[in-house]
Amino acid sequence: MSPLGALMIREFSLAWGRGGGPLVTVGFYAGVATLLPLAIGPEPERLGAIATGAAWVALALASLLSLDRLFERDHEDGALDLLTLTPTPLELTCLIKCLGQWLAAGAPLALAAPLAAVALGAGPEMIPLIFAISLLGGLAFAFVGGVGAALSLGARRGGLLTAVVVLPLFAPPVIFGGGALDAFASGLPWQGGLALLGAYAVAAVALGPLAMAAACRNALS
Amino acid sequence: MVESPERDGVINRLKIEDAALARGGRRLFEGVNLDLVGGEACTLTGANGSGKTSLLRAVAGLAALEAGRISFGDADLGEARGRGLHLVGHADGLKGARTVREELDFWTLWTGGTSAGAARAAEALNLAPLMDLEVRRLSAGQRRRLALSRLVAAPRPLWLLDEPFSPLDTNWRGRFAELMAEHLYGGGLILAAVHDPLPLAARTLELTP
Repeated sequence: MSPLGALMIREFSLAWGRGGGPLVTVGFYAGVATLLPLAIGPEPERLGAIATGAAWVALALASLLSLDRLFERDHEDGALDLLTLTPTPLELTCLIKCLGQWLAAGAPLALAAPLAAVALGAGPEMIPLIFAISLLGGLAFAFVGGVGAALSLGARRGGLLTAVVVLPLFAPPVIFGGGALDAFASGLPWQGGLALLGAYAVAAVALGPLAMAAACRNALS
Repeated sequence: MVESPERDGVINRLKIEDAALARGGRRLFEGVNLDLVGGEACTLTGANGSGKTSLLRAVAGLAALEAGRISFGDADLGEARGRGLHLVGHADGLKGARTVREELDFWTLWTGGTSAGAARAAEALNLAPLMDLEVRRLSAGQRRRLALSRLVAAPRPLWLLDEPFSPLDTNWRGRFAELMAEHLYGGGLILAAVHDPLPLAARTLELTP
């Protein structure tokens, strides 16, 4: 196995090993989706109108939960030091760590999102699009979130700082994904929003690791 | 037991010239010089907070010097740090929730070793009985042996050791001293921060403010 493959497996096993982390994230997500009808009221028309948007925003918030673990633990226990002492560029290491984060936490959320939306009253015909948007959006959230997590390394209450740094950067994917879902529900062309979300995710995957590696180097020195 | 690092040897010399380092606005040391060649060990001594760990980190490229220069003979700096040195310190990078086997295999692969190297390391540090235990179940000494196993699993010429003996019992101190001697005999270099003298012939570099 290649070192990068081994790193991916390590990230995945660490995510699932500490008390089933992604399950807690999905549990939080289900909790938010359950609270919404309690606050807004149980009328199907009212809930149905906001179902997809609410499921989508809750997913963005749930994505924040595991971000502070992405680099902080490796920084505290010295693993980040050792991860740099190899010919593998730190950028590539960051990329693999974020992909691991996406597979471990983003993919289960993408599976839960259509269920939550349908439970809130979205039509079953929305399911494939909600899943696709959640998967692509999760990729963008993992990589943009990774930048925030790396920037707040070593800071006191880093998790909170990560959320504050990252939330404004979540705005474009939330708008693109929400727009596509809304257009689909109204019978309008929705492909544009999905394409923009995809472009944002690709840009985050391409540029995020550069910023993460620079922030990690800064924190290490 | 320790494979000769010469075939992978991108480092055959460590030269520190007129190094000065500050942490948190406080000057730790200045004017530090060292010229270490293959087969030599150097102990780094000094009071608590004198900058021993910081100097080791600076050699590994993890801390920036305020002044001075670090070089590894003819080797390129990035190449030397990526392939030529091991750093074993207090923060050992091991994950409590993973098993000894998983951690040994991962760090062996990550630092360019092979499964044969991992098996050799497990034998040299007697990790076989611990392989299926989670790291958090290990005693401090067992955990240190797992951290030290990287040195054997993926041979690299320069060992940077920060208090390598502290949690080890007398038996394992002796055994690790033998591994260090074998490493030096094979042309390796060792720079070790210690409070007690190393149990082998070594030069001394004392850090003073």
